[in-house]
Amino acid sequence: MQPDISVKHLNKVYADGFQALKDINLDITRGEIFALLGPNGAGKTTLISIICGIVNKSSGEVKAAGHDIVKEYRKARETIGLVPQELNTDSFETVWNAVSFSRGLFGKPANPAHIEKVLKDLSLWDKRNNRIMALSGGMKRRVMIAKALSHEPRILFLDEPTAGVDVELRRDMWEMVRKLREDGVTIILTTHYIEEAEEMADRIGVIRQGEIILVEDKDRLMSKLGKKELRLQLQQPLSKVPGELVLEPVELSDDGYELIYTFDSQQEQAGVARLLRTLGDIGIEYRDLRTRESSLEEIFVGLVHE
Amino acid sequence: MNYYGIRAIYRFEMARMGRTLMQSVASPVISTCLYFVVFGSAIGSRMGDIDNISYGAYIIPGLVMLSLLMQSISNASFGIYMPKFSGTIYEVLSAPVSYVEVVIGYVGAAATKSVILGLIILATARLFVDYDVLHPFWMFSFLVLTSVTFSLFGFIIGIWADGFEKLQIVPMMIVTPLVFLGGTFYSIDMLPEVWQTISLFNPVVYLISGFRWAFYGVADVHVGISAGMTLMFLTACMVTIWWIFRTGYRLRS
Repeated sequence: MQPDISVKHLNKVYADGFQALKDINLDITRGEIFALLGPNGAGKTTLISIICGIVNKSSGEVKAAGHDIVKEYRKARETIGLVPQELNTDSFETVWNAVSFSRGLFGKPANPAHIEKVLKDLSLWDKRNNRIMALSGGMKRRVMIAKALSHEPRILFLDEPTAGVDVELRRDMWEMVRKLREDGVTIILTTHYIEEAEEMADRIGVIRQGEIILVEDKDRLMSKLGKKELRLQLQQPLSKVPGELVLEPVELSDDGYELIYTFDSQQEQAGVARLLRTLGDIGIEYRDLRTRESSLEEIFVGLVHE
Repeated sequence: MNYYGIRAIYRFEMARMGRTLMQSVASPVISTCLYFVVFGSAIGSRMGDIDNISYGAYIIPGLVMLSLLMQSISNASFGIYMPKFSGTIYEVLSAPVSYVEVVIGYVGAAATKSVILGLIILATARLFVDYDVLHPFWMFSFLVLTSVTFSLFGFIIGIWADGFEKLQIVPMMIVTPLVFLGGTFYSIDMLPEVWQTISLFNPVVYLISGFRWAFYGVADVHVGISAGMTLMFLTACMVTIWWIFRTGYRLRS
């Protein structure tokens, strides 16, 4: 199947000589939610801006919905909706006019029914006649999304969509993104909230210093790179790790009351059985035990600091 | 051609005019009325005719041109500068519109506002001074041509400007002096010979002269030269805008 976004050997060097993107290759398939993660300045926004036509590429090829973003820019851009990072709005316009303007700009005839649906879906209908300047930050963020959806794009870029919004709105947005995906919209998301990517994404891409260092199915990534921990609450505190366990990946915490054993999530759990046997043999008793998997955030931090 | 895109930009800009009627229309009309009162009625009544035209009537084309130039530049430069300033330019840059369509939208709206303003000023002038329009077609053509040309010029300024001060510099420091020294209040024939020659390097002389010819059939320079100079400036502006969009100057990095 032809990818909705195809990036091949993409490079971007700014006028001051800074290379923001280095030989980026990336395919994003139709209908998936792709989360692009990376630290500040990694090149996430530059990559999105090039695909959307806001920044010129230095070399390489980019296609959106099968159309080259330079040679067939009209067809390519018609398919894309963008919610930028900053809250850039026409403060003096009403919500209705601003969203209708976006639809016209993208070459679509007026469709009040569609605009009404978008505004209702985003809980903006009651505010349709309000000037944008009178809205709260969260409402402005919704307006940005409404503008991006006004022309019914099949690809939606969300650049830090929930930055600075409250928890309730964030949950609403996640819900909206899921609905869009059900409608067949391809969603590319950049976020600082790893929890967001963990919650929503089908695939994860990690970009560091202008290079894509990893693209992986989220579940596979978490099982491949994730760690598991077994935490044992001890009856009696230990002052140091017993000699029988020094070769095992164990450590003490909570003033010696807790023993933590770390192991790969893909590894067979023979190590756990061995550890528990050894503890029994040397007479260390525990009153509770629990396991936890490392979060995407921990995996991400590990990746970008390698 | 993305007609919906052009219409969206055009209507958006015209709506801005509607929101700022005092600044867009009332302010320049009042300023021009004051010129008519002071130079046309008060001082003008004590001055002799120029080329057999009463002084009050003689200055009308120049005063209309003054407002037209200032407002064309101001409307177009502000129109494209504001999205840059507020960051909403991302939407225009990411939309399926060509640069020609963007220019038609922004410049078309700015020029429309200027033409409307010019016609309002002409109508208002009737309250103060009697005047004729000998060649209405050419008068309107000069009105439209000048509005479009200087709206293009304003569009360039709006892209070049990276602050509100720069937005004001060109109209205030360059265009206003050129208009005042371009024959708004006098015929350049009234100047010493050396200043007449220097005046011919002022492009506004050609605009005012051509416009005045359309009113009264008298001109400082031949009307063909006036039209030719205006078209030359129009071409220069179009070439500059083409270069801006080709290179992405101050729009796309």
